[in-house]
Amino acid sequence: MLSCKQATELMSHEQDRTLALSERIGLRLHLWICAGCANYRRQIGVLRSACRRFGSGGTP
Amino acid sequence: MELDRQSELNALRPDLLRFARLQLRDAGAAEDAVQETMLAALLGSHAFESRSSYKTWLIAILRNKIIDIIRGQSREVAASSLADDEAGDDLLSESLFDQRGHWQPETQPGRWADPEASFEQQQFWAVFEACLDHLPAKTARVFMMREILGFETGEICKETGISSSNCWVVLHRARMTLRACLETNWFAGVGG
Repeated sequence: MLSCKQATELMSHEQDRTLALSERIGLRLHLWICAGCANYRRQIGVLRSACRRFGSGGTP
Repeated sequence: MELDRQSELNALRPDLLRFARLQLRDAGAAEDAVQETMLAALLGSHAFESRSSYKTWLIAILRNKIIDIIRGQSREVAASSLADDEAGDDLLSESLFDQRGHWQPETQPGRWADPEASFEQQQFWAVFEACLDHLPAKTARVFMMREILGFETGEICKETGISSSNCWVVLHRARMTLRACLETNWFAGVGG
């Protein structure tokens, strides 16, 4: 079973490369039972959206 | 009309300069990029179509200038200087996770309330910029190339002289640090 620390690494890597099947399965299983990591995944998604918005001059 | 455009441009200059400084961390290079952007904007003002906001148009020009500067520098991010960045990150990692690598009870990420609403607030962006600015320099360079300037990791490796796996690790640390910074300085205060 992945630790949260390992899961956060994979969640970052999935933004930059295609995860291997075993990595995807491990992550899916972990996220299923770990609310903290599920929130973390949403949050780095928010971070990416924020960067896109910032980088395109779409800030108020 | 022309005069309006010019005063609008002058009013946006501080925004452009902050944007360039964040990406380049070099006041001189940032100044050059903004100068060139303003010149290009004045010369090419007929090309601006009001489909997008003027600021969006200017930032698009500025981004391209910044990308050119970064490509021109081809400055190597030496592995040793990335190691300097790492020291602080290990501390962050230790404060977030217990010995078995699970979240500490008080650091477990919670829900962020309505990020889209935050995006509409200037104060959020001030916090966002401050968080970016606090990243260690080399980490910031790699992160912003990836997330703000839109480089693929392959090109980041080429431009900075680091391996892909190193690049992924740096990006991970940057995200972890920024997430924690936004959590502490913004989302924890908006009822998230």
